[in-house]
Amino acid sequence: MIKVTIDGVEIMVEPGTTILNAARQAGGDIVPPAMCYYSKLKGSGGKCRTCLVKVSAGSEKDPRPMPKLVASCSTPVQDGMVVQNITSPEVLEARKGVVEFLLINHPLDCPVCDQAGECHLQDLGFQHGSAKTRYEEERRQFDKIDIGDKIQLHMTRCILCYRCVYTADQITNQRVHGVLKRGDASEISTYIENVIENDFSGNVIDVCPVGALTDKTFRFKSRVWFVKPMNAHRDCNKCSGKVAIWMHGEEVYRVTGRKDKYGEVEEFICNDCRFEKKQKSDWVIEGPREVERWSVIGQNKYAVGTKVTAPQNIGYGNIID
Amino acid sequence: MGQKLLLEHINVPEIQTYNVYRAKGGYKAVEKSLKMSPDEVMEEVKKSGLRGRGGAGFPTGMKWSFLDRKTDKPRYLVCNADESEPGTFKDRFLMEKIPHLLIEGLICSSYALGSNTTYIYIRGEYKWIVGILEKAIAEAKNAGFLGKNILGTGYDLEIYVNNGAGAYICGEETALLESLEGKRGNPRMKPPFPAISGLYGSPTVVNNVETLAAVVPIINLSGEEYAKIGIGKSTGTKLISACGNIRNPGVYEIDLGLPVYEFLNSDEYCGGIRDGHRLKAVIPGGSSVPILPAELFYKNIKGEERNMSYESLSDGGFVSGSMLGSGGFVAMDETVCIVRNTWSFARFYHHESCGQCSPCREGTGWMEKVLHRIEYGHGHMHDIDLLVDVAKKIEGNTICPLGDAAAWPVAAAIRHFREEFEYHIKYPDKVKNSRFAHLDDYKTSLQLA
Amino acid sequence: MDTNLSEITFTEERLAKAKEIMARYPEGRHKSALLPILHIAQHQFGNWLSAPVMDYVASILNIKPIEVYEVATFYSMYNLKPVGKCMIEFCQTGPCLCRGVEDIMDYTEQKLGIKVGETTQDGKFTLKGVECLGACGYAPMAQIGEYYYENLTKEKIDKIIHLFGQEDFNPDQKYDI
Ligand SMILES: Cc1cc2nc3c(=O)[nH]c(=O)nc-3n(C[C@H](O)[C@H](O)[C@H](O)COP(=O)(O)O)c2cc1C
Ligand code: SF4
Ligand code: SF4
Ligand code: FES
Ligand code: FES
Repeated sequence: MIKVTIDGVEIMVEPGTTILNAARQAGGDIVPPAMCYYSKLKGSGGKCRTCLVKVSAGSEKDPRPMPKLVASCSTPVQDGMVVQNITSPEVLEARKGVVEFLLINHPLDCPVCDQAGECHLQDLGFQHGSAKTRYEEERRQFDKIDIGDKIQLHMTRCILCYRCVYTADQITNQRVHGVLKRGDASEISTYIENVIENDFSGNVIDVCPVGALTDKTFRFKSRVWFVKPMNAHRDCNKCSGKVAIWMHGEEVYRVTGRKDKYGEVEEFICNDCRFEKKQKSDWVIEGPREVERWSVIGQNKYAVGTKVTAPQNIGYGNIID
Repeated sequence: MGQKLLLEHINVPEIQTYNVYRAKGGYKAVEKSLKMSPDEVMEEVKKSGLRGRGGAGFPTGMKWSFLDRKTDKPRYLVCNADESEPGTFKDRFLMEKIPHLLIEGLICSSYALGSNTTYIYIRGEYKWIVGILEKAIAEAKNAGFLGKNILGTGYDLEIYVNNGAGAYICGEETALLESLEGKRGNPRMKPPFPAISGLYGSPTVVNNVETLAAVVPIINLSGEEYAKIGIGKSTGTKLISACGNIRNPGVYEIDLGLPVYEFLNSDEYCGGIRDGHRLKAVIPGGSSVPILPAELFYKNIKGEERNMSYESLSDGGFVSGSMLGSGGFVAMDETVCIVRNTWSFARFYHHESCGQCSPCREGTGWMEKVLHRIEYGHGHMHDIDLLVDVAKKIEGNTICPLGDAAAWPVAAAIRHFREEFEYHIKYPDKVKNSRFAHLDDYKTSLQLA
Repeated sequence: MDTNLSEITFTEERLAKAKEIMARYPEGRHKSALLPILHIAQHQFGNWLSAPVMDYVASILNIKPIEVYEVATFYSMYNLKPVGKCMIEFCQTGPCLCRGVEDIMDYTEQKLGIKVGETTQDGKFTLKGVECLGACGYAPMAQIGEYYYENLTKEKIDKIIHLFGQEDFNPDQKYDI
């Protein structure tokens, strides 16, 4: 085991652990936000830059600081490393910048977005952003498209975290979508009209940190804070059958994987469980899920109001400052 | 008159052909190298003090020594011929005019590194140069300098040319490797560095065309002799591609340490600014390095004359200095509008960002749009500080140095030519339809030299 | 996909070239040949890459079509739409701006009656603005087909439009302008 100190908290971890995972082991405020890293997807991380931290001492042996901020999700700890996250003004400033970059081309319409209430970008904006945008230029826009009859893609909301691409590569073996073009013209697409058909393709919805990939079978369009998540399971010959079902009264509004406080599913689930089993009787219900992560649902922040005041404000209609 | 190590025979008719090149002493460095051990060849390169000519100036011998020799995986040398940094056209000149020099350098270097397959990754637009290089490779093979059992030493080497398809980012070494693997040119996260895990996960060295060509004179002269040329830690000669509003644009080989005044004004090199005009600003090392107003170009902030070397051009850091970079030398006269020029560079980086990481993907486009507005008379005063801040938030926070390269030119242009930006905002009607600067209308702080 | 691959095949010579290129890379690394083979495909099939052509390339390399789309859309030299036989690609980056490329571009636009980014109705010319081509010392310049045409003047543009609009214009050839 090796020792790393993050914001003054000492943590013992296995060699090879990243700074982010070390922080997650300790938990609490010192955990950097992560929009692209997903522990279950090989190669993910490094892209969004929200998890940047300052390494003020590289290791016991070589205590020199690292010259630049590093992505905590893809930097392994060294024995004796000292890291600053929320105790470094430089980190907070850089993170504010990253959040602003992620938002400049993001639409300002959280109130009408299907992901509202469980969007990691929305959370991130609350915690690290500033309420005003300095962006006066035109925003990037795309039409909504259906990829198959179960999944909808609204590229306008995408933050290009690549998670759905890794998922298709690693969880399914028939990737038909990917990142096309480059720079800020990049888009998630199938290029030609193509359908994502695969037993596990629905997992791209769960890994998407924003409302770019959504479940078309979420029949009764509803704010997530009106539905209650419950742990449930069934016998399934394709996956573990362990899911979260989102209920409104006696009705199953939708089915997802069980997400932990970092928004990661415990297990990937199959499309049968996700899209086809919409009767309460399909499921053995274990009980309500706790919503752990610092989120708009958890803190019930969103429920107060959903009005967007002016386009000059980033679309959190209920931030009044 | 400086030494000519790379371009000595450049004007010899048909120097592109093997026979003429050989008659002028070509491939002697291969013969010499293969009589040495690979480590001895590397030792010469270390002694020469050669620094990477692709832009970063990292000591080549040291880079080579990082190559992992312990694994049983094959080792690769990859030649970076992507040359896309605005202002830079020296590698192209070398490959077009004297292709065998590169091939010879590649053979010596591959031998030193233990590479049996070496790839030249050339930018897609240089289509016709692919043919020139492939012809040179075939000739060298025919003469026994490539292929199996070269000169009876048991050493095998093949060299292949792989063409890119239009992406500046593929000049970044890990993006280049991705591209060479047939993928999008997205730079990789480092570590691991290519020396440990590069092409196909094997230990790999990526070097610039000119760096690898310079190995030939190093072997011929000895590392020690090569190191005597130049100044301080800037040893040897360097190709500078000079362009902009000068009398003699072109590619020049200089001894590092040549006074900048001489380089810009002597008839042997740039020949000075075109008739009737005066120097306004210089970008000494390709579009990514900070622009310098005339007076800071000639002399550093302490009033000492600058020379063409890594150290002297960067004297003053980012506040009052710049960098030698790739050797893409752009001299601008008083007609050049700095705002327009900065916008064009911002557009370039916006266009070339791979889009992987958010600060660069979003920030480059943002800067371009704001600069475009200012240039076309729709700017606000607060836009100037906004640009400085956006540049600051990109810099250092990205996966690869393209983010920095996009941020620096904007930051430097505002630092040194703020009044010109303000003028654009104050007098939108005057700038709206004009592509060139309005020297009569406003006073810039700069002293035209 | 209802793509008819049988209509799209490389000429024998090109197929041999593609195979030769694939052999340059180690076992199992044939994907490395993707960029060069896309160039060959673009060259054979009318200077642009349609989806069926990309699918054909995927089949040669035994990779998924999306892997080809991802790459083809990343690099600026692959045309995803048909272009004119003579595509004039002007460099419009800083050093070329200093030397007045914009005036040359304006002039060409006027002469052809199209804007940058457009193709003439007869399909003969396409105008494009591109970024630094590594010819900054010989600005203004443009790439046409395989080659660079440098130190451009209005007179040279006249000549180019006259010569390259002819039926027998061959973009693989270097012309004296
Ligand atoms: C955005 C970017 C573009 C680059 N373009 C080139 C290039 O076109 N040619 C080149 O030799 N090096 C280029 N480099 C530098 C390479 O990453 C690498 O440092 C170089 O090839 C190493 O060779 P050297 O040590 O011989 O200079 C670029 C770097 C970056 C970040
Ligand atoms: S669609 Fe969602 S998961 Fe896919 S890249 Fe965009 S934000 Fe990430
Ligand atoms: S800095 Fe720009 S070019 Fe480099 S990886 Fe990030 S997005 Fe790509
Ligand atoms: S989570 Fe680390 S960069 Fe995105
Ligand atoms: S700027 Fe035009 S060729 Fe380099």
